[in-house]
Amino acid sequence: MKVIIGFIVLWPLVGFLFNGLGRHFWSKKVVAYKATGYVVASFIASIFAFVQVQNQGAVSVHYFDFINTAHFKIPFDLKVDALSSLFLLVITGVGSLIHLYSTAYMKQESSSDYARYFSYLNLFIFSMLILVLGDNFVIMFIGWEGVGLCSYLLIGYWFTNTHFNYAAKKAFIMNRIGDLGFLLAIFWLIAKLGTVSYSEVFTAESIAKLSTTDITAITLLLFVGAMGKSAQIPLYTWLPDAMAGPTPVSALIHAATMVTAGIYMITRSHLLFSHSEMTQNLVAVIGISTALLGATIALKQNDIKKVLAYSTVSQLGYMFLGLGVGAYSGAVFHVITHAFFKALLFLGAGSVIHAMHHEQDIQKMGGLKSKLPITHLTFLIGCIAIAGIPPFSGFFSKDEILAAAYAKNPVYWFLAILGSAMTAFYMFRLYATTFLGKFRGTTEQDHHLHESPLAMTLPLIVLAVLSAIAGAIGIPEIMGGHHWIGQQLSSIVGAAKETTLTHTIEWALMGTSTMLALLACLFAINKYRQKADGEPTTPLGKLLFHKWYVDEFYDTLIVKPLNNFAGFLKNSIEKKVIDGAVNGTGKIVQYSARQLRLIQNGQVGYYILFMVFSIVLLLILWFNDTIILRFYYSLIK
Amino acid sequence: MLLLFILIPLLTAMLLLFVKNNKMANNIAVLTTIVTLGLAIFVAYKGAVDYNQPWILILNTRFLLHADGLAKILILLTGISFPAIIIATTQNQPKQKNIFLSLLLFTQSGLMGVFLAGDALLFYFFWELALIPVYFLSSIWGGEKRVAVTFKFFIYTFLGSLLMLVGIILLYIHTSEQNFLISTLMHASLTPVQQATAFVLFFLAFAIKMPLFPFHTWQPDAYEQSPTAVTMVLSAVMVKMGLYGVIRWLLPLFPLAAKTNALFIVSLSIVGVLYASFIAIRQDDIKRLIAYSSIAHIGLMNAALFTQNQIGLQGVLIQLFSHGINVLGLWIVADIIEQQTGIRSMKQMGGLAKAQPTLAILLVGFALANIALPLTNAFVGEFLIFNSLFQFNIWAAAFAGVSVVLSAIYTLNMIQKVAYGELSTPMQAMNTPNKNAQIVLIILLVIVFVTGVFPQPLFNLTADSLQQIIIK
Repeated sequence: MKVIIGFIVLWPLVGFLFNGLGRHFWSKKVVAYKATGYVVASFIASIFAFVQVQNQGAVSVHYFDFINTAHFKIPFDLKVDALSSLFLLVITGVGSLIHLYSTAYMKQESSSDYARYFSYLNLFIFSMLILVLGDNFVIMFIGWEGVGLCSYLLIGYWFTNTHFNYAAKKAFIMNRIGDLGFLLAIFWLIAKLGTVSYSEVFTAESIAKLSTTDITAITLLLFVGAMGKSAQIPLYTWLPDAMAGPTPVSALIHAATMVTAGIYMITRSHLLFSHSEMTQNLVAVIGISTALLGATIALKQNDIKKVLAYSTVSQLGYMFLGLGVGAYSGAVFHVITHAFFKALLFLGAGSVIHAMHHEQDIQKMGGLKSKLPITHLTFLIGCIAIAGIPPFSGFFSKDEILAAAYAKNPVYWFLAILGSAMTAFYMFRLYATTFLGKFRGTTEQDHHLHESPLAMTLPLIVLAVLSAIAGAIGIPEIMGGHHWIGQQLSSIVGAAKETTLTHTIEWALMGTSTMLALLACLFAINKYRQKADGEPTTPLGKLLFHKWYVDEFYDTLIVKPLNNFAGFLKNSIEKKVIDGAVNGTGKIVQYSARQLRLIQNGQVGYYILFMVFSIVLLLILWFNDTIILRFYYSLIK
Repeated sequence: MLLLFILIPLLTAMLLLFVKNNKMANNIAVLTTIVTLGLAIFVAYKGAVDYNQPWILILNTRFLLHADGLAKILILLTGISFPAIIIATTQNQPKQKNIFLSLLLFTQSGLMGVFLAGDALLFYFFWELALIPVYFLSSIWGGEKRVAVTFKFFIYTFLGSLLMLVGIILLYIHTSEQNFLISTLMHASLTPVQQATAFVLFFLAFAIKMPLFPFHTWQPDAYEQSPTAVTMVLSAVMVKMGLYGVIRWLLPLFPLAAKTNALFIVSLSIVGVLYASFIAIRQDDIKRLIAYSSIAHIGLMNAALFTQNQIGLQGVLIQLFSHGINVLGLWIVADIIEQQTGIRSMKQMGGLAKAQPTLAILLVGFALANIALPLTNAFVGEFLIFNSLFQFNIWAAAFAGVSVVLSAIYTLNMIQKVAYGELSTPMQAMNTPNKNAQIVLIILLVIVFVTGVFPQPLFNLTADSLQQIIIK
């Protein structure tokens, strides 16, 4: 097992080094084969690991001691169990498809840039694997910051573009704010328990050692970390800007995998979270708020990637709602189905953008259905899946979260179905504006429209199939299913709580949400079949179009004041007060010296000369005083 | 054995005064510093017996050199830094290079002495010996404003040294054995007032040297105006003298005063960390940015020392080394850019990644270490440092933690302005940096990641100091 896990992690690292160091030597073909091959190899090893876990249960292996001092030890241990093996499959599986897709999508890049792109992508997979495989919080943190770095590098991949650089920097800095919370939580654990290993933290004895305040503080700080990585209010604004990166990157990092790290982290530490009612409520409230905020903004966006980005923010909100109401396996279930359909939608968008020669404005699209048949069909499947229409995958995972939310508090449920109706609406608005009606672009674009090559359509097809059928892993019992994923995760998060809901209520909830979603879909298709949304005219429309002005709000309230404060320190305090005091003292001394210039003549040279002499004298003394003293002693004797 | 660390650079320095051929002088300097490095590695690995001879008998001082873990890691840093600096700046041709190199080696000799000395007077002697050549280097070979800046630098740090000398004498006259060994000075019988006075005297000397806010204003100017080789010596190795002084002398000699003043000093250090970080955000001159960033990092280490926590001390011992390596890397890149384009203003830079991708990658590597990303060397040290702050006081860790975010801001600003964007006009002058500098940078970057992934050898190296130093 040690070898298998080693393989899973090391292949992408080898790929990173191979492509990164050899970016001037290898042809694009070699780079593409190697980069994709390493991730596929990692995927195959992950399947082995998954099967092993099925047969023999969780395994933890020790590689070396990362830090080992007399008082403190952090081993470099990796662990596969039911939770991490599921994540492994998603990361390397979807990762492989996106690598394959990228080989065609990035074809136009120069060969050294092409290699740079793939080396970053491989490094990302490596970091993400460390994140989910780490057997203690510090190893998780290594992966946690590692994925942040890769996200930074990939958002700013086209580094000559200043806007993209700002977006990259914003992503990294916002994530760092979250990371600080995570770090403090780790220190808190160390201070109270002296350990960060999961096997030692998540035990009844350890929990007993922690006071309620401790648990609340630790979980809140961990949640701050999750807010950064998983783009929750108030740290979500980096994610839409992150769309500056190449589209496959948006699919892999900013939709399918990295942004779900927060959900992974909370599920991993569910034992702590379930001991803090307050944090759980906060997680649920932040989750549902983010879900609604993202959904409302997505209603009015015209950039195909921005719509999907806000949709991701919103869907992540649902997952946090699930975590907050204690539906851990439901949240993980949604992570998996979301990884499939959101990767599918982004890659589909990439295919559209590719065909449109880097046009991303849906107002200038339309009628692409006939020109891009595969992209169209797969994108449609993705839309149905995310809208929550049975029997596609999104329905099952979302339904599980909704049912748990209802059981906890019907208000959550009500807000959540409101959000899912909006989801259905904006997704089909996007679909209809892009693919239906007449083409609204230039004739030249029209002329060049083409379906993407196989390397791009194949991943679309695979993901479409998965998006359609992945619900099967979590069919609820009232439909005669066994809820496989719930059973899988029961070893981690415990058996799903017996819901207090009667079957009638469950069927009613499902029926309501499905009906609403269907109505919203039909309404949207009808409305946008022929024409695109223009510029918004109503005040509410403008507000949503400008994303509730949150960026502007942050800018005036936080960024600018801090910047001015830094300027004030630099130009006033540092120059005038502190250095002024130093120079002032110097001047006073010089002035007095001038008055008293008997010995001091104010020239450093003389002082130094004096010092050099003294030092020479000391040296001479060292070599001679033994002799002198011996002579002196002999005289006495 | 240990005496060689002082004699090799010292004798070479004297020899170099007579070697007029620049190239030959350079080769001699490189060769001997590499020999010294080899020796440092050997001692770090195998250890060495003390060198212990009577020195000035009238004063009852001893020429005692002792290498424990703390000394070893700093000798290693000094050993790596000097050849790296001399090789990386081979292209720079100051007037009378042999004298320039000679003074550098005098400095190395002094630094080695500082880190090895086990006798307070000897320590003071080397402390000054390291300072004087730097004064000459900066005032002769520095930038336009060198005279004023070096004057300030010298007076400021010299004042600190004098205070320390007074402190040493104060302790000395109150000892029963009348000598300058640490073990003797530790048992000096002082009244509380005397003890507090001596503590302040020592502390000021070290605080100026580090430099600690608000005694730091000599530093950015000095870094900006000194020739880069000297700046590198200053920031990679010399500022460690202050922290070293705290660990070796201040904490063991005044455990009580250190404890009573801990909260004040930790707070002051953290204020300094945030203050320097904020100023770094607004710097346009790349050298000044690195200077302020360095002030922030040093302040963090000092804060951890005064928490008097084992884990924190362990973090500092490692970070002393790591910070030296990282800052050296940043300086070398900044120097290459300045030498080739003549600019330091980051507004005028941009597009390095386009002009010289390899150099840009190296810069990004050191920048990541500067923000203490996991798997770089700085993460290990800073993780332990923050941890000790947390155990000292939660708010100390929370406030100091803000610097984690601020350091990301200023460092990424730097990367963005220097490496990214369209190629700016001044940067078009960039050529491939010379092979030597590139090799040095690559070696340093390898050290960054190797010690970041496998820090354990460094822990083992310094383990013995941990037992001795902490609160007796």
